[in-house]
Amino acid sequence: MRDWKPAASVENLQKRAAILALIRQYFTEQQVLEVDAAVLSQCAVSDPFIDSLEVNFRGHPTAEAELCYLQTSPEYAMKRLLAAGIGSIYQMGKVFRSGEEGRFHNPEFTMLEWYRLEFDDVALMKDVEQLVRSILAIGPIRRCTYADIFMEKLGIDINQSSTEQLACEMHRHVEVELDPDDRDGWLNLLMSHVIEPMLKDEPVFITDYPASQSALARLKAAADGVPVAARFELFVEGIELANGYHELTDPQEQQRRLEADQHTRQTLGLPQRPLEQRLVSALEVGLPDCAGVALGVDRLVMLALQVTHIEQVIPFTFRNA
Amino acid sequence: MAYSANQLKNGLKVMLEGDPCTMQDVEFVKPGKGQAFTRVKMRNLLTGRVWERTFKANESLEGADVMDRDMEYLYNDGELYHFMVPVTFEQYGADMTAVGDAAKWLKENDTCMVTLWNDNPIAITVGNFVELEVMETDPGMKGDTAQGGSKPAKMTTGAVVKVPLFIEQGDILKIDTRSGDYVSRA
Repeated sequence: MRDWKPAASVENLQKRAAILALIRQYFTEQQVLEVDAAVLSQCAVSDPFIDSLEVNFRGHPTAEAELCYLQTSPEYAMKRLLAAGIGSIYQMGKVFRSGEEGRFHNPEFTMLEWYRLEFDDVALMKDVEQLVRSILAIGPIRRCTYADIFMEKLGIDINQSSTEQLACEMHRHVEVELDPDDRDGWLNLLMSHVIEPMLKDEPVFITDYPASQSALARLKAAADGVPVAARFELFVEGIELANGYHELTDPQEQQRRLEADQHTRQTLGLPQRPLEQRLVSALEVGLPDCAGVALGVDRLVMLALQVTHIEQVIPFTFRNA
Repeated sequence: MAYSANQLKNGLKVMLEGDPCTMQDVEFVKPGKGQAFTRVKMRNLLTGRVWERTFKANESLEGADVMDRDMEYLYNDGELYHFMVPVTFEQYGADMTAVGDAAKWLKENDTCMVTLWNDNPIAITVGNFVELEVMETDPGMKGDTAQGGSKPAKMTTGAVVKVPLFIEQGDILKIDTRSGDYVSRA
């Protein structure tokens, strides 16, 4: 007999549906408009460490294929909508990432992404907290900067430490080989392997990421004057749940970051894919001042139901679909 | 056979720094922004050492030619312990390094699991329970079955097990090999 059954119990799927309904209710109350922008596009995400799934489109089954990409987040499309003047919006739906499979990953997963006009990263964190606390039984969420969490958990001053010192600290915990000069790589490793497991006891927003890890966030000056990214991540029980930005609106800077990503892809021997130039055009017309965040809905459901594997909260995993 | 880091899974046997290792705990780690890693807890099959290591998604590992086979324990010639595959009668000799602590539970004609690497025995795993005969113990005390108290008993394989006071020389006992505890009379 073939294994036809879902891994998740019917009871869990009912609870999941109730959570999705709560999320939609929250945004209706907040007067944030639901959109369902395309997840199939001619362009792909530029981020070198996020791999898009490639899809063939044919005008006719025997015609030559046009290569398309399943979106890894609705970010580009939503920003084009924002530039068109749609106002605050949210999208909750499937996105796709190649290669991501594990206890907290499935290549097809449900992402909740939303944008709030005239919010900055600080205001958006309050919004995220309000939504998350309406679903999870957790207390107030702590705020801690990226630099402070490194100091608190590892006793490391990231603004003073050399990359070699970061690598040395990492080797004290886990054996790993990485380019010795890849500063952000070592910071990411320390964060994901050492600090995250220490965040199990209290929910926390890590704020003010290093400028080098700004992705599509704008830069701002930290209290000590060091430029940091207006970016935050939410961790609950040590699980990375959401990632938000005070959005970059400068088209030249956007263009520069897209090209920098493409260059990194080339250096690493990763596929060069069509960049979303329409995003730059939209920013040229004007992206309203806004903050946006993406939240992993499956992980949120995992936390709400206190389960340990994503397969317990989605009807079918990639391997069973 | 080579495996890329994202193909690693529990129980997979790979070569690392020249030694065969088995994967015990495999976790995919991928920060939202940043590269993917596979974090693995593994056991060196030669030394038994367990350690943690993280691999980048594009690293690859050579598979280890390791397999587990059920075999019958035959005898010890003073140097090697000899085992036989029941169906094919193939025989394998394992030295003390491979046999390790399992030695004290090995009874002739019992079946156990022999781990072969490149067709050489590197580890012996006995069943969770074995039945062994008491070779030597203080005389039993009749009518003492309900009371506590224990005494050492030496089994025919050389293992020394704490047993209840009523156990006699020549009794066959069921022993839990994981803890080394007496379970019952067989």
